[in-house]
Amino acid sequence: MTSNQWLPLAVIASSLLPGLIIFALPEKRVALRTALNLAGALAKAGLVGLLIAGVAAGEEYGLRHAIAPGIEIVFKADALALLFVTLSAVLWLFTTLYAIGYLEHAPHRSRFFGFFSLCVTATMGIAMAGNLFTFFVFYELLTLATFPLVVHRGTPQAMRGGSIYLAYTLAGGAALLAGIVWLDHLAGPGEFTQGGLLATIPGLDPLTLQLIFALLIAGVGVKAAIVPLHGWLPQAMVAPAPVSALLHAVAVVKAGAFGIVRIVYEIYGVEFAQSLGLLLPLAIIAAVTILWGSTRALFQNDLKKRLAFSTVSQVSYIVLGVALFGPLGTIGGLVHLVHQGIMKITLFFCAGNYAETLGIHKVSEMNGVGRRMPLTTLAFTIGALGMMGAPLTAGAVSKAWLSDGASAAGMDWAIWVLWGSSLLNAAYFLPILHRAWIKLPPPDWPHEEIHPLGRRETAWLLLLPPLFTAAMTLGVALFADSSISPLAWARLIADREYLNMAE
Amino acid sequence: MSPLLDPLAWLILLPLLWATLAFVAADRHGPALALAGIGAQLLCVIALAGDVASHGSNGHLAGGWAEPLGIRLVADGLSLVMLLLTQGVALALALYARSYFSRATPPAFWPLTGFLLAGMNALFLSGDLFNLYVTLELVGLAAVGLVAAGGGAAQIAAALRYLLATLVGSGAYLFGVALIYGSYGTVSASLLGTLITAEAPLAVWLAGGLMLTGLLLKTALLPFHFWLPPAHGGAPAPVSALLSALVVKASFYLFLRLWLGPFAALTEALPGLAQVPAALGAAAILWGSWRAIRADRLKMLVAYSTVAQLGYLFLIFPLLGTGALALQAGILQATAHGLAKAAMFVAAGTLIKVGGSDRVLGVAGAAAHLPVSLFAFALAGVTLMGLPPSGGFLAKWLLIDAALAAGQPWIVVVALSGGLLAGIYVFRVLRLAFRRPTAHDDVPLPQRPAALLEWTAFALAAGSVLIGLGAAPLLALIAGVQP
Repeated sequence: MTSNQWLPLAVIASSLLPGLIIFALPEKRVALRTALNLAGALAKAGLVGLLIAGVAAGEEYGLRHAIAPGIEIVFKADALALLFVTLSAVLWLFTTLYAIGYLEHAPHRSRFFGFFSLCVTATMGIAMAGNLFTFFVFYELLTLATFPLVVHRGTPQAMRGGSIYLAYTLAGGAALLAGIVWLDHLAGPGEFTQGGLLATIPGLDPLTLQLIFALLIAGVGVKAAIVPLHGWLPQAMVAPAPVSALLHAVAVVKAGAFGIVRIVYEIYGVEFAQSLGLLLPLAIIAAVTILWGSTRALFQNDLKKRLAFSTVSQVSYIVLGVALFGPLGTIGGLVHLVHQGIMKITLFFCAGNYAETLGIHKVSEMNGVGRRMPLTTLAFTIGALGMMGAPLTAGAVSKAWLSDGASAAGMDWAIWVLWGSSLLNAAYFLPILHRAWIKLPPPDWPHEEIHPLGRRETAWLLLLPPLFTAAMTLGVALFADSSISPLAWARLIADREYLNMAE
Repeated sequence: MSPLLDPLAWLILLPLLWATLAFVAADRHGPALALAGIGAQLLCVIALAGDVASHGSNGHLAGGWAEPLGIRLVADGLSLVMLLLTQGVALALALYARSYFSRATPPAFWPLTGFLLAGMNALFLSGDLFNLYVTLELVGLAAVGLVAAGGGAAQIAAALRYLLATLVGSGAYLFGVALIYGSYGTVSASLLGTLITAEAPLAVWLAGGLMLTGLLLKTALLPFHFWLPPAHGGAPAPVSALLSALVVKASFYLFLRLWLGPFAALTEALPGLAQVPAALGAAAILWGSWRAIRADRLKMLVAYSTVAQLGYLFLIFPLLGTGALALQAGILQATAHGLAKAAMFVAAGTLIKVGGSDRVLGVAGAAAHLPVSLFAFALAGVTLMGLPPSGGFLAKWLLIDAALAAGQPWIVVVALSGGLLAGIYVFRVLRLAFRRPTAHDDVPLPQRPAALLEWTAFALAAGSVLIGLGAAPLLALIAGVQP
């Protein structure tokens, strides 16, 4: 086995093995568990670094294993895969740190971190899947591995959230499976191919392909939370904050959005999808989702619920970018896959800090919180400004490319959608910032758990991760033109995707 | 080959031998005898596998008499898969039962298990219809005895109902065999395969109908499922596992053999006929799942899940004409379900034994104090739901592919809805297990069960999942069996 074959496997194993060991650890082995978690996360980051260097230099990484005649598990670490792998690996590192701090005294931590590692393992599999079969295997594994995390607290609300999550995702999985096997039956194994697999196969019935497209998009659209399949996401916010980070930034909604990217670009091919008339409906669904999510967010008093509806809206920026025909829109969508993750994880970390430190769960309780927790609130502010698309933040970069993509594709209405959403974002984030910074704090916080200690407003492990990700929110925008930014990588992918098409 | 070294014969003789010894010896020697015996049987199957892999099939005539007088034993890829499944699951269950019955073994548990295995092995190896009848009776009576061994009034009632069903089933089968013998003067399955044609007399059609219906009754396909839930749900956990995982598969195996072998000419002459088992299978999936969703007791839930899962096995019949896919799907489903259902029943047994309640609600909070058993239950559930990467998933994939190839999209819809319904009843248990124990937190944590109880369930469940990733050798074994 050459290094080009084992490297993708090693990336998967770097979270799978620690996860399996952690399951077997007794609850009390805190130090060993923490060491395993961090060792896995760091090892993964290092391995991903190797992959990036290789792929940038034009190396090809992949592995095949036949499990039945005509059915193969295929891993392929191409540029697109690495975009997602890197995002998840880096954010996983931060989330692990955060979770260690967050769950310091919680019960059942071995179970929690075991499933946590399985989730990231599944995400790596989704990112590096080389065909639809492999994608589906890990996509469903992700559903199974997240369920115990969503219901981790064992409260009635958690149970309800978990059941709704399962109902949506299992039904979505069934639609996806139907689409995949149907496609497999018509066109052979659904291998992800730059420029599109179906574009190269003549004699397929357009109507059938449109139907299959609808099944596939409905299947992955559940996790991407496109309207009307988004109902589970606001319900699942009952989970602990690290799990919300996992759902909203590292793994679940990203897996859905990433699936849409793979299906449009590498199964159908963007040009072929355009000729089948599939992109416009997708763009319309994305636009509706963007506006609907933002509008619903306006009316939520629960902070995490407001953030959840914000995710519904923001993830569809990615879908919109995919549906805008042309490289500019592609770049905008892909780069937002990364940017949304960084910004949203910051916001959820901060929401978790407010809840853990002061017992604040509602927007109406946030008066003056900026004076008590200035650093957390600073990170929150940066994340929120990013969501609005304010200059010098990651959100501004995404929006600029998406707007350019929209005009290049001749869909100027999409620019108005983006502007409308920015205004709505401002309408639901600015009041929070106003409360936090300007209003006076109440005499007592709802439930102050962690008391200030010198310059430390809350536990270090809770404070540092959001500060890092907030810094990244600014960094990826300030250094967008450098060769190692997410933007540069998204341009590389778009180059390869469209260059292939031109041939 | 010297008859003394023939694994075919030993596969039948060994269980008879250790069953008899276990009957004579004291109860406490039962487990050791059974484990040694089943271990040796497993070695025989492995030896046989090497033989079949190189020669395609392996047959021989007991006593050296030529057909139609002699008794023909024959092994091919299909019987080999079933033999492997049977010995493998039986070994794990024997380990489990040894620990489960550590205080008091039900009377005659070990001898009956031995006779049951002897009957099953003989069934998988027999090549003539009358001999098959004998094996069916042996399996049926041993199974009824095992259900009755539970001892309670409900178990006795369930056993009597099961006895009635199995006797009627084998009676119908025997009547069919008599009609066949009257028409052709032979009961050899391979000879009959060439003798029976589409122009066969009415008596042969009647015989086919009787034999196949009798087997459906024994396989508990809806509407003949009435005896299964009380019998499988009421028996002690190791017995439930043995019955649900293996015994119903034996009569399915025979149904499939007759369908593809002696009666192939009849089933091909009337293509619409294949829709009958498929329609009943679809109804079984929906009805069984629904009853599992509504079940009040944990083992009833698992038993009704068997009713549903058996339905998948019969969906393959209208698809057999399209090539190997359908047969692969059926055998893989039988194997994966065998492993998963054994795991689920024994995991449920542990949950009930430790938790002290046989209600579904009794598993509340089990994720905290019985994580391994619960994990085994969940993994088995993954196979039943047909989620990747389990064997159940691969079977479903192949089934859907075959249904599309045969132009029968309704089977796709049934298979996918069945998976979702299974999701409802599996997660009904799992989500309860994650529930935080309420109010009376002062109840002392139950004692941890013996590790063996938990890990045998886990091993079976893990097997049912891993077989999805390593199905290639299994599929290669049945490649030689032509539909």
